[in-house]
Amino acid sequence: MSGSLPRPLPALDRDNAAYWTGGEKGELLICRCGDCGYYVHPPVRFCPECESRDVAPQPVSGRGSVYTFTINYKQWVPRLPERYVLALVALAEQEDVLLPCNVVNCDPDEVTFGMPVKVLFEQCEDLWVPLFEPEGR
Amino acid sequence: MRYGEKNCAITGVGISEVSRGSAKSSLELTVDAALDAIADAGLKRSDIDGIATWPGGDGNASGFSPVWIGQLQDALRLKLNWYSNGGESPGQYGAVFNAIGAINAGLARHVLIYRSMYEASARKLAFANSLVKEGERQRGGFAWYAPYHVHAAALQQSLYFNAYVHKSGIRPEQQAMIAINQRRNAGLNPHAIYRDPITLDDYMASPRIAGPLRIYDCDVPIDGSAAIIVSAMDAARDCRNPAIRIEAVGSSMQYRNSWTQLAEVDTQAQPKVAEMMWSRTDLKPKDVDIAELYDGFSFHTLNWLENFGFCERYGAKDFIEGGTRIALEGELPVNTGGGALSGGRLHAYGAVWEGCTQLWGRAGERQVKGDPRVCATSTAGGPLAGAMLLVRE
Repeated sequence: MSGSLPRPLPALDRDNAAYWTGGEKGELLICRCGDCGYYVHPPVRFCPECESRDVAPQPVSGRGSVYTFTINYKQWVPRLPERYVLALVALAEQEDVLLPCNVVNCDPDEVTFGMPVKVLFEQCEDLWVPLFEPEGR
Repeated sequence: MRYGEKNCAITGVGISEVSRGSAKSSLELTVDAALDAIADAGLKRSDIDGIATWPGGDGNASGFSPVWIGQLQDALRLKLNWYSNGGESPGQYGAVFNAIGAINAGLARHVLIYRSMYEASARKLAFANSLVKEGERQRGGFAWYAPYHVHAAALQQSLYFNAYVHKSGIRPEQQAMIAINQRRNAGLNPHAIYRDPITLDDYMASPRIAGPLRIYDCDVPIDGSAAIIVSAMDAARDCRNPAIRIEAVGSSMQYRNSWTQLAEVDTQAQPKVAEMMWSRTDLKPKDVDIAELYDGFSFHTLNWLENFGFCERYGAKDFIEGGTRIALEGELPVNTGGGALSGGRLHAYGAVWEGCTQLWGRAGERQVKGDPRVCATSTAGGPLAGAMLLVRE
C-alpha cells in the first residue's frame, strides 16, 4: 500500500524514538526491563512488574501473531488504497504487547486470527515504520 | 447514604432541533437545549449554579465539541458556584459523575450538563472528526495508529468488533437487528434524523465501512445539542417532574487505559464498569424496564447487552435475533428513540434525554407500555466506559 498516500507520522519523543527508528538497522526495538525481563510497551523507563527503572530498548525477533485485524473499505481521504488490513499483532516474546500495523504483501482476505507474521520496515521521512507480513513471504 | 449518586437526580431534560445541517450556530442550539432543560425542571436560569460537560470545547473546526462552558455561561449570564469539563473521564457520562461529586461536596445544587455537536455542518467543509491532524506529526495515544491510515474511529473500533465477531460467531443478519430495531423506533420519534424503516435486505445491501461495520452500524453526524439538569435530591423534590434518581453509577478504569493495549478487545472496558454499577444497587438486570445503550456503533450496543448482564457473554446474537425482545413492546426495549444510529449522534446525552422522556411517560407514539421506572444507560467504547442506572420516583 506504499506509494500512493503518504503515511501520517507520529511525533518522536525520548520514549518512542527507538521504536520508530530501529528499522534503519532492521531492528524492532521494544523496551525491556533489565531486572525482570518484562517488555514495557508503550515504552517508558519504568517496569510496572518490578518497579525497576532499568528499562531500555532491546531488539526482538520481529515475529508475532495477528491478535485481531480488520479490513478497511471506505475511502476516508483521496488516494487511499481500495482495501487494506489494519491489525494488532501480539509480540512473540510477550503476547500482551500489541503492535498496531498494516499487514502487507498478501491479499487482505488471506489474513486470519492468530496468523504468524514477521516485521518489515518502510522508511517514511526520518522514521522506519514497522509493518508485518505473513511468515514465509 | 453510602453512595453519593443516590443524593442526586435528573430533574429536567432538553433537546434542540437535531439536523443534518442547521441554520443556527452551535451555541444557539446549546442555548435552546439548555433553556428547554431548565424549563422542563421547572427552574429559572438563576437556579442553575453549576455546569458540566464532556469533553468541553475542543477549539477546532471538527464540530465534535464546539461549545465551551464559558460561552454557554456567558450567553445565559449564569452565576455559577462550580463548573468543569473533562474528556479524560469514564466516557461521556464523566460529566454526570463530576456533577455528582460537586453536588455531594456542596458546590452546586442544580447542575446543567450539555453535549453539543456540529459535525453535520463541519463535514460539508472537511473530513470532520478525523483521527489524523493533517500536515503535522501526530501526538497522544492514537499516534501509535497514525502511520497505518487509521483516519476514522470506525476503522479503529472495527479492530475490536471483528474480534467480537470471531469469538461470538454473530452473523451479519443477526447484527442487523440493532440497526433495524432502532430505525423502527426512530420512525416514532419526531426528533430523529432517519425515520423511514429499513429491511434486512436494505441492511445487507448497504456499503461496508470497515471490518464487520456497514453504514447502518455507524452513528449519524448531526448538528444539535442535548442538555440535562442534575440536582441535589432535596432540591429535586421541589422540581416540576418526579425525580429520576441516579441509583448507581459505573465509572471505573480497571484495565489498561489504552487504545492499543486494551485487554479483551471484544468486550472493551465495559465488564468492570457494569460490575461496579451493579455493586452499588440492590436492583438486578431483570428489574430494568428500558435500556438506552451507547451506539456510536451497533457493536457497542451488543457489548453492553452482554456486559450489563441482560444476556450471556456472546449471547447477544440470540437475544436480539428477530428483534422481538429489544423492540418497544419487547421484554427489554433498547434505544427506544432510535439511538444515535437513526436519531443522530448526540453522544450518549440523546440516550439520557430519551430514557428520561420514557420514564416520565411522555414519549408519545413510542412510549413503552407498563409505566417504565428503571432505565440502564451506558456510554463509550474502547478503554472508555461509563454506566448509570436511573430510577423514577
